[in-house]
This record gives sequence, structure tokens and C-alpha cells, in this order.
Amino acid sequence: MAYQLDAKIPAGPIQEKWTNHRFNLKLVNPANKRKFKIIVVGSGLAGGAAAASLGELGYNVECFCYQDSPRRAHSIAAQGGINAAKNYPNDGDSIWRLFYDTVKGGDYRAREANVYRLAEVSNNIIDQCVAQGVPFAREYGGLLDNRSFGGAQVSRTFYARGQTGQQLLLGAYQSLSRQIARGTVKMFPRSEMLDLVLVDGHARGIIVRDLVTGEIRRHAADAVILATGGYGNVFYLSTNAMGCNVTAAYRAYRRGAGFANPCFTQIHPTCIPVSSDHQSKLTLMSESLRNDGRVWVPKKKGDKRPPNEIPEDERDYYLERRYPSFGNLVPRDVASRAAKERCDAGHGVGATGLAVYLDFSDAIQRLGRDVIEARYGNLFQMYEKITAEDPYQVPMRIYPAVHYTMGGLWVDYNLQSTIPGLFVGGEANFSDHGANRLGASALMQGLADGYFVLPYTLGDYLAREADMNVKVGTDHEAFAAAEREVRDKIERLMAVGGKEPVESFHKRLGRLMWDYCGMARNAEGLQKALAEIPKLREEFWAEVRVTGGPDGLNAELEKAGRVADFLEFAELMCRDALHREESCGGHFREEHQTEEGEAKRDDENFSYVAVWEFKGDGEEPELSKEPLTFEHVPLTTRSYK
Amino acid sequence: MELTLHVWRQAGPDQPGRMEIIRATGISEDMSFLEMLDKVNDDLIRDGVEPIHFDHDCREGICGTCSLMINGIAHGPEEGTTTCQLHMRSFQDGDSIYIEPWRSRAFPVIKDLVVDRSAFDRIMQAGGYVSINVGAAPDANSIPVPKEDADLAFDAAACIGCGACVASCPNGSAMLFVSAKIGHLAHLPQGRVEHERRLRAMVAQMDKEGFGPCSNHFECEAVCPKEISARFIGEMNRDFIRC
Amino acid sequence: MSLTSKLTSSIGAKAVMAVSGVLLMLFVLGHMLGNLQIFLGPEQLNSYAAHLQGLGPLLWLIRLFLLAVLAAHVLAAIKVWRDSAAARPIPYSHPGSVQTTFAARTMLLSGALVLAFLIWHLVHFTVVNDPALAALKHPEGAEPHHPDVYAMVVAGFSHGGVSLLYILAQILLGLHLSHGAASLFQTLGLRRTGKAPSRVDLFAKAFAGLIVVGNCSIPIAVLLFGLGEDYLFSVLHAQ
Repeated sequence: MAYQLDAKIPAGPIQEKWTNHRFNLKLVNPANKRKFKIIVVGSGLAGGAAAASLGELGYNVECFCYQDSPRRAHSIAAQGGINAAKNYPNDGDSIWRLFYDTVKGGDYRAREANVYRLAEVSNNIIDQCVAQGVPFAREYGGLLDNRSFGGAQVSRTFYARGQTGQQLLLGAYQSLSRQIARGTVKMFPRSEMLDLVLVDGHARGIIVRDLVTGEIRRHAADAVILATGGYGNVFYLSTNAMGCNVTAAYRAYRRGAGFANPCFTQIHPTCIPVSSDHQSKLTLMSESLRNDGRVWVPKKKGDKRPPNEIPEDERDYYLERRYPSFGNLVPRDVASRAAKERCDAGHGVGATGLAVYLDFSDAIQRLGRDVIEARYGNLFQMYEKITAEDPYQVPMRIYPAVHYTMGGLWVDYNLQSTIPGLFVGGEANFSDHGANRLGASALMQGLADGYFVLPYTLGDYLAREADMNVKVGTDHEAFAAAEREVRDKIERLMAVGGKEPVESFHKRLGRLMWDYCGMARNAEGLQKALAEIPKLREEFWAEVRVTGGPDGLNAELEKAGRVADFLEFAELMCRDALHREESCGGHFREEHQTEEGEAKRDDENFSYVAVWEFKGDGEEPELSKEPLTFEHVPLTTRSYK
Repeated sequence: MELTLHVWRQAGPDQPGRMEIIRATGISEDMSFLEMLDKVNDDLIRDGVEPIHFDHDCREGICGTCSLMINGIAHGPEEGTTTCQLHMRSFQDGDSIYIEPWRSRAFPVIKDLVVDRSAFDRIMQAGGYVSINVGAAPDANSIPVPKEDADLAFDAAACIGCGACVASCPNGSAMLFVSAKIGHLAHLPQGRVEHERRLRAMVAQMDKEGFGPCSNHFECEAVCPKEISARFIGEMNRDFIRC
Repeated sequence: MSLTSKLTSSIGAKAVMAVSGVLLMLFVLGHMLGNLQIFLGPEQLNSYAAHLQGLGPLLWLIRLFLLAVLAAHVLAAIKVWRDSAAARPIPYSHPGSVQTTFAARTMLLSGALVLAFLIWHLVHFTVVNDPALAALKHPEGAEPHHPDVYAMVVAGFSHGGVSLLYILAQILLGLHLSHGAASLFQTLGLRRTGKAPSRVDLFAKAFAGLIVVGNCSIPIAVLLFGLGEDYLFSVLHAQ
């Protein structure tokens, strides 16, 4: 039976939906809040903010993260900034414009009502963060500074040098620490969720492995929030942290949560190119660099001259040429594809030919080295450390890399998944970015979900559907069964006794996904991937070697569990990519492009959210569709020319 | 490159540990230090030996998870660099490299090079925040903050909580971490309100965790991957004595 | 915050060390300036000594105060040392450092040796158990509490061994001061730069150098340049 997808979008004009909805949401009596227990998995911007806010409200919260401290969640690595519709620069920004840009930037595959709410609460986020002591960049007058970012023609991005994510996460972490001290939140670091527990169809708990002792533990609650981030590491090489994984979301999917648009992945245009096989991760260079850097390749194919020896008229500033009005600030998907197109055409630079130049010499000449250093000093330093080249002297070499996943667990307007009582926030859900996320919007969405949406909508669920006096204990059969499955999987992994390290399988899967489900996809390649992935999975279960034992800290066992889930999830991604016979945002199907090589959407047939339902191992997942309607942002071909 | 690694191996929290010699072969100078360990681990696993456990996550120098005393220097020989951003081009073919975990009573070893740094979290829980609830904030521009103050606050807030300051301090002191946390909020009007209360609580927790006192060696500042200045220690001392 | 919990905190202990250190520095400076009067001749030094003796009960108060300051300095040092040792139960097998100094790493040792020297020094010149010096401390015919300090100093430093010990102790004190006199500014929150060069470092080095040169000039003058040789001869012969 397919899902009956009800997005629960409130009635009324879009500007009033959230206000009205908040009034209509049921409330939990303050005295009763502490009787409700809520599990939050993940401690990044969405999870950390949700756990802190729910703790402030008086709920009894348990928060879990696999890192050794909630302060290390990967939100910390976001560099560029966070958007808000404050219109402080007086350049014509508004909530409506942020809403409009985000829907358009997402290539019309996001839900309008959610995006409007996101734009609406964006201003509260900035207020909240400043009050927490986030040291945003300021002007000499003492007021907040803004910068421009890809996909927008206004300056609405607030930033803290190149470490905005870090500062925002520390703000959330500080609020979380305060609640931990007050006893409203109990923190479980170095704990990995390995399964979701359902009782009578409702999410009532999780099974967790204590990564230090190896102990498998049951945790029961009245509701569960997943804020476990994205699945970009399915590609092995990505800008995600090494530990980022799909396990929590994938396990929820196997328990019945619909997975929406898994093929929507964002390839970030400005990363340091891959240098060789030993590479374990890719490093992003903030998109903000495109404010002052100019992207170019040599006009001549295979031109091996050093960049500084190539005269101006032999350089092709291809973004400025193709997209005169947005120039170097086109959205990420457009910039990434344009780089790939130039490299595929033989104009790529560097040893591998898979790189383009990002050149600051004009900006340094115009503004002076000091200004550039103040804006991007830490990024330039990082680049130099990794490549041993000085970007003040030689143009940076950049190439696109997997960065963010717009797809995720399907949620309704209340951020509730198809499983009652299971809420999903941040990158783990699919909700706000459509097929392409604009720069500086991930931080906005994570904090919006955590601080301003989940605390309301979760209360409504508890008031309506949960009974504080009826508690499900961890001795319930459903917990025992889930724990058995978890233990069984661990035992099977330990028992394979092959010879090949986990990492090696992960690399092979990543290569496969990058080749066939990466920046550009086609039916033939996807079918090939769909044939190869099960073989690789079989080989994994026959040949993998997991050293050590199930007790105590065992990094290999952790990785093995995650890679096992990636090996299943990858298939779902390819299936989704194959079924979506159009190009939109980060999903570029080579069969569907304009003559100029731009993405060609098919609004008539694909203006929907694809929601996949798990049907059992070896069974094909079932597709359900949530139709998308665009009443406020007219469907047009996205043009940045 | 080929290297001789002297690595601390310890099976578990209460197990005895010792330095072991492990050969690293087929190392390229473009590898990061952790990628070098990945390669060594790959070889170990193929030989059926349990790999070297070490903490790491973002591998771009911002999460603060990676650690390692490398030849007696926290995060290795490059200034202002985390271990994950340290590259093998900083070493010579044939080098011997000593790799040890952070050593501090407050950071007990969990396994091999992995230590428990939750003491830092407990110090933060003692008061490292501004006591405001979500929803109560005034407009972000209602309180102007001089740019110099905001910049200084940022300099302190750049701390990634890796613990290199503690590991490198001859006294095992956490003063740079604590003073960075306090300095971040002390330089902003929003954090000023409960500054003294925060200061007293965090210093008390720092002492309780078993970190050593500061003797002004300035080793912490020298190894800090975010180059946080020990001036924040001075400011914290001054405010503590006055309050 | 209560004074006791403040003083027993790690920062408090360091503040005690710094404040007592400042007082001890003032004493060391004053003591040196007093002693340097030896270059102005026996009358000057002896009348200065007599003036100090003449303070009577006040002198004892000052002595008790200095003793208390010294005790506080030593107790704080013991606390810092014990807490530091406890903070790192397992040492590194391959220790390294980037920018700490020899002086900073040897504060405990230099401090303990200076303390040992101080005790010997008190016994040597103040308690006096050397009969030759005792004779000079209580010269015949002089009023009580008017020792011939000038002659005592010259007699004392006429021994090569004594002078050498004295000079070594001054070098250790200088080493101790070269870190301590700078460190106290950071501990009291008066340094604004972190490790980056500060006038504070210059001050500490100058102060330490001044003390070493000033104090060592006396034994060197006596031993190598015959300062007061004639005077001592005449005093001894007058007896």
C-alpha cells in the first residue's frame, strides 16, 4: 500500500499560514512537559538547537551523538554564512524575496509553504544567535555586516569570518550545555543510533551502541527527533566529516519512514581537487570566494602553461561569458556543471585536468591584499596547507565535490515523517531546498527547524497523540526485537572473516556512485550502477574483514555498519535518479538538457516529491508522490543569464 | 616515503599501554598525517592486526576531534595546524615519528590514541553560555558592538576545543581553553551580564576536573591550531582576582 | 567569592605567588641597595646597619612579615608543583617543547636552591657561627647592636669558596627572576600580549641582570680587587 501523503499545509494566505498554524497547534501544560521524554539524535545545528529549546521548555530530553562532544557535529564545518531577510543593507531584500530566491534556487522542487516559513523565521535566528554571543562580523559602526552569496542579487548573508557554522554551532552547544547543567537534557556522546523502535506504529525509542564500551542500549521516549545530517559520504569522497553516515535515517526508512528525493545531491563547485587515491576527504573552499574570485580556464585545449603566463585574451571566464547577469555568483549546481563541462571539453587545468582556476589577482589589485586577507585569510591559509601553493600569487585550482544532500526523510509541514512521533530536522529531512540548496541556507534551515519549528510542532503531537501517563518501557517486546536485530547485524559483520578492509569497499562504492550517480547521470549508467551495487554488497558480506571485537571502542566495526547501510542506500539513490526523467537542480540527467547544455525540467510530469517506501530486503521499494503546486513563485525556466 | 612510527598502543581504558614500533611504507608526501595513518591501518588490517585507533572527524581543521602528540609537539611541527591538516611533506623519508595520546589526568585514554575530553564539556556546562531562552532575543542590531570588540571576541571564539593546550602544557593546565571560552563572551555586551558568575563557576570546574595550574610557559599558545593568544589567560586572571 | 576559595583555586595560588614574588623582589632590591653602600666606605655601611638595628621591635615586625611572605611564596610553589604533577600522571616518552624557557622549566629547582642558599646566608651573616666573624659582629668597646658589618662582609668574602657559592646563588636567583618577574605580570593580568614580546620581558631581564650584577659586584670587588682589605687588617690589628 502506497503512502497517503498529507503534507498538512495550513490553509490561508502563505504569509499567514505559520502564524495561524501556531495558534491552532495544541499546547502541553507547562507542568506536564517534564513528564514527556523526547529523544533527539544528532547534536548539530538542528539537533542541538532542538534539544536545547525543548529542554528550555521543560521537556525531559535525551540527546545522542556519535562524536565525543556535541560541539563537534559537522555543522561546525560550514564556512560561508547564514541567510536572513533582515534587509539591513537596504538593497531590497524581504521575506518574500528570500522565499522566492529559495524556491527558484531549488529549481521548483520544494514545498512553498515550508520555504516561506523558513524565510519568515530567518530573522529570528539572527536575533537569537546574536543574543547567545555569536561573534558575527560587524561594521565599524557596531552593526552587523552582510555579504552576497551565490543565487541571490542582494547581500543577506551574515557571517563570522570563514567559520560561521562553527560559531553558530557553538551558540547552540552553549544553550545545550546550559540545559544539560539544568538537568533537562541528558547528553549521550559517543553513542550511535542503530535502530528505531516502533510500538503500535508510533516511534517510541531507539537502540544505541555505546561506542566506548560496545554496550547495546535501549532508550524509550514519547517522541523521537532525527537530526542526523546528510548522506553525502555514500560517495566516500565528499566534504562531509569522516563519521557522517546514513544509518539513522536509513534504519528509520526500513522501519517505515518514507525517503524523499534521495537522488538530490549537491555538488559544490569550489573544492580543492582530488590529488590521488589515498585521499580520504575533500575540502571545501567557501562559496563566498566567488564574490571576489574569477573563475577561468585557458581558451586553448590542454594548455599546460603556468596560469600566470597565460595572457588575459587567452583566458575563458566562462561563467561571466555564459551568465552575464549573475557571473561568478550563479547557483552551485550551475557553477559545478559549467566546470565539469569545461573540463570534459579538455580545458581543465592541473595535473589531472580536472580543475579550473579561481583567480584573485584582479580583486587583490582592486582592493589590496589586506582586504582580501581580512575576508578570506583563513581559507587561503587552509588552501596553502593542503596544496603547498600560495593563492595570493597563483590562482587557486578548484573542482566540484559532493557537499550536501537535499533529499532526506519525507516530512510534513510539522516536520513529522510518515511514522507518527518520528520528527526529522536539518539536512536529514528533505523539506526546504528542493533540488538545489542555495549557499548559506543550510545553517538557516537547521536552526529554523531546531529553534523555531520543532518545539511547536512536537508539542502539538504530544498534546494530541501521546498520553503522558502511558509509558512504553524498554522491556517491551518491540525493543527486544530491535535489539536482537542490531546484535545480529554486529555478529554477522564480525563473523564474515574476509580479508579486505571496510574502507576499501567504501572507496569502491564511492567511485561507482561518483561515476554513475554524480554530477551528471544517464539511464545507462544508472542501470549499470544498479547492477553493480548488489554485487559489491555481496562481496562486502563475503570478503570484509572487521578486526577487533564487539566490545569496547572499535572504529572498524562502526565503519562496517555504516558502509553496510550505504551499500543498501546507494541502490535507492540510483533508483530515484533513474526514475526522475528530467533535469532539475543538482539532478542532471544528460538525456534532458537544452541545446545550450542547461538543465531541462519537466514540470508536467515531475513536479512532485518522490517518496520511497521500504518493502523488505530484495523487494523493490514503492514510490509515492506528493504533488507540488506553485501558487506564488511562477514556474519558469531558471535563468541566471 | 618510509617511516618508523613509535605509537602508543593501549587496548582499553584500564589496560596497560606501551609504545610499539610500526613501519609505515608507501607513504606519499601529499598525504595528510591522518591519511598516512589510514594507510598504515589498511596494511595492519590486511595483516589481521587491529588498526591504530585515533580520533578524527571533519579532516578540515575545524571540528577539533583530531589530536596526537607528534614528536612531543601537540598537532605536530607546523604552526597553527591541526593534525588532520598536517601533511607528510613536513617530514623526511626515513624519519622516526613518536605518536602519543594527549596526556592529562583529566583526559583518560580510551584506546590507543583516543582520549576522553568530556572534562571540557563539563567546564562549559558549569557556565560557558549566555542564559537566554529561545524567543526572548531583541533585534540583532539593537545593541551595537564595536568592531574591535567583536573581532577580539571572535579571536577567542575560534577555539576548537581540541585540548592541545592541555596536552602541551608542562603543568597540564587548561587555562587557554577556559580563558578563550570566557574571553569570547566577556568581550561582547551580551556575555558581559553574567561574566563574573561564569568566570567563577568555570574556573572552579576546571580545578575540579584535575587540570594543572598555569605557570606561564606559553606552550599552549605556541601549539594552538587556531593560534589563540594567551592574552585571554591574562584577562581571565585579572578578572578572577578582581571579582 | 570567598577569599579562601579564591586563594585555594589554581589562579588564586598563582596570584599569591605573584604578589609575594613582588614583595620579595622589593626586598631583594632593597637588600642589594643597602649592601652596595659598601662601596661608599665603612662608616656609611656601618651606620646604615646601625640604623636598621636601631629600628628595634619594628625590625622584628619587618622580619616576621618577610618570613610570612616567603612562606606564602613557598607554599604556593608547593601547591603549583603538586597540582602540576598530579595533572599529568603519565609523562610523554618523547617530550618536546616549542617556546617555554629553561628558566621557566626550572623554577622549582632554582627556587629551592635559592631558598637553601638563603638559609645558609642567614646562618652565615646573621646568626653567625664562625668565631672570626662573631668577633666582628660584637666588637669590643662598641655599643651592643653596632656590629662592624663592613669588616664582616670583607672577612666573609675573603674566602674564595664563600664568594663562589654566593655568586652561584645570585645566578640562580637571576634565573628565577628572569621568569618570575615577567610571569607575575601575566598572572596578575597586567600583560596584554600573550607570548608576543612585551616590555614586561625586558623589565624582567633587566631586573634579574641588575640583581645579579649588583650582588656579585661585592664578592668580586673583595676577592679580586681587594676592597676593604686594609680596613679589615686595621680592625683585626686594633684588637
